[in-house]
Amino acid sequence: MLRVLSGMGLEVEFPQDQTCCGQPAFNSGHRKEAEKVACHFLDVFSDSNKAIVCPSGSCVSMVKNYYTQLFRDDPERLSRAEKISSNIYEFSEFVFQRKERISFNSSYRGRVTFHDSCHALRELGISSQPRELIKSLNGVDLVEMEMADACCGFGGTFSIKYPEVSKSMLQEKTDSIVNSGADAVVSTDMGCLMNIKGLVSRKKLPVKVLHLAELLAFEGSE
Amino acid sequence: MITERIDFKKNSVEALGNPKLKKALVNFTDRSRASRQKAVSGVSEWEELRSEARGIKEEVIKNLDSYLLELEKSVTRLGGKVHWAKNAEEASAIVVDIARKNNVKNVVKSKSMATEEIELNRHLISNGINTVETDLGEYIVQLCDDHPFHIITPAIHKTKEDISKLFSEKFDVPEYEDPQKLTNIARKELREKFLSADMGISGVNFAVAETGTIAIVENEGNARLATTFPDIHVAIMGIEKIVPKLKQLSIFLSLLARSATGQKSSTYVSLITGPRREGESDGPQQFHLVFVDNGRSDIAKSEETRESLYCIRCGACINICPVYRQVGGHSYGLVYSGPIGAIITPQLNDPQKTADLPFASSLCGACRDVCPVKIDFPHVLLSLRQKVVEETKGRANLQGLMEKIAFQVWSFVFSKPFYYSLTGRMMVFLQYFYQKDNELRGLPYPFSKWTKEKNFPAFSRKPFRKRWKEQYHGKNGIMR
Repeated sequence: MLRVLSGMGLEVEFPQDQTCCGQPAFNSGHRKEAEKVACHFLDVFSDSNKAIVCPSGSCVSMVKNYYTQLFRDDPERLSRAEKISSNIYEFSEFVFQRKERISFNSSYRGRVTFHDSCHALRELGISSQPRELIKSLNGVDLVEMEMADACCGFGGTFSIKYPEVSKSMLQEKTDSIVNSGADAVVSTDMGCLMNIKGLVSRKKLPVKVLHLAELLAFEGSE
Repeated sequence: MITERIDFKKNSVEALGNPKLKKALVNFTDRSRASRQKAVSGVSEWEELRSEARGIKEEVIKNLDSYLLELEKSVTRLGGKVHWAKNAEEASAIVVDIARKNNVKNVVKSKSMATEEIELNRHLISNGINTVETDLGEYIVQLCDDHPFHIITPAIHKTKEDISKLFSEKFDVPEYEDPQKLTNIARKELREKFLSADMGISGVNFAVAETGTIAIVENEGNARLATTFPDIHVAIMGIEKIVPKLKQLSIFLSLLARSATGQKSSTYVSLITGPRREGESDGPQQFHLVFVDNGRSDIAKSEETRESLYCIRCGACINICPVYRQVGGHSYGLVYSGPIGAIITPQLNDPQKTADLPFASSLCGACRDVCPVKIDFPHVLLSLRQKVVEETKGRANLQGLMEKIAFQVWSFVFSKPFYYSLTGRMMVFLQYFYQKDNELRGLPYPFSKWTKEKNFPAFSRKPFRKRWKEQYHGKNGIMR
């Protein structure tokens, strides 16, 4: 991500105190614990007017769509959350908006398929941007898998609470990845990628699992 | 009535172990998703219709009391009778009472999830009243002494081989493989039931407050027969089923047929406005409408979850749900399954006994996108999850308690950068025994739930912060 962003001529800052947006607790019903971590997020990020770019749509959606809920009884934090929510971007949408400014130095050659992360797709409306970025790469073919927009089964603590159901969903996902004939699956959410990679490695499936940023800045040969 | 806790995990594991079921579910959900998609894409003003329908529902639920009174007035004016039932027992008792007073022996029913919810059949039958389901799917389910697997298509978990065997046992016929032949057998059996019925019971898809009209949507014609042939018609409705004006009905009919079955219109849409009038030669002489609350007015009071009552029971959320696709309808314990079951069952029943359901979702949100009245399922699920955690303070069971403690520790560590870094370093040390090729396997409980089937990425020996400082660090951590 750093390589892509700095390749665009942007100055990148990494606030050392950052941790998490609080979504794991929020989505599990532990509001108080989520609030505590979200407060920390606000403290780290709300002083700056710089764009916040994140490699996971899910985290962006948490900040953009759910912080207002989380802080609805706290006017001071609510206003900071509102400010941040207009200033936070999922990686692919951020890069796509500025795509004229760069040509990617990806050495990747081959066929890739794209998995839509649920929150990027349905809570941020991101679908064409990452695909367009993939298509813009020389020597990379985008092949669509069946049901690219179906959930991979991660769902945060869902994958721990109901691992059997989660695994069954993931199995369908990896089946459609393999059936697409692609040699890599690309996505824009660390949660989905961790989940998909988990089964791909365990089963030694012949596909790479890459974040879009990894593809865009791919070095070496596959 | 719910007697024991719904164990979603146990139910789902059981369902997952049945390959025949999995095949049926994949076929069914693939087919229904495609046909809905096709039907919806033909309507350019689909989004406007959804917004309009939602607006109407918002208005109805906000002013439910006055709309119910208006509906009662309209029905009474037509010569019908309205009965108010606070809960499931009261609702069933009302119907049994109507049957007794009229010396009813045989009842035919058309498909109604509200009657499943109140377990009406059990009450009628235990009072000696023969009660027969006449929707083909429901009839099959009843013959097997089973429960509906889906609110629209109750018997999708049965293959034609299952049904062939069932009919052969029940009706002493050969084991026909041809679905048409099987349907004809059911048709013949059911025709007899219609002819001997003294009372017909139906659900209600929509009830128009202004005119007292109830709309019933179906594809088999059995509901029309059940509501017009016997002398008494009893319609059972959840109190949320109101539409204020007759002219608004078309919006809902259009949304329902396409969302449910991918049809432009259902084969039969019956609009029933009161009992037989003077001078009319047919139709039932008595019309009873039973308002079932059973927890609904409490939902209407909750700002966070009120929208659960906007549901028009189309089943689109179920058909698109990746969780339902794996585990099927019975895993959700009671009549409503899939996303709508996950939000409505806990609100209509004891929240402790149904506490698994709000968590039975990956929050993917596909349901929200297809819902014809735009129910924000993830929002309602999150709100119900919070309620479960807050009401039990995480102490419902050992697992809940451990989860609470885990999140408390987590929130401490993740709000203190020092401890966050320290924990990261500790993990690098702790993971030593589980690590192979940059991935972890065989982790201890509760992480074992993950590593049983999948690898987990190892914590990097050199944390990103360190790499950042070494490789990229400019002034104030800025990379130039």
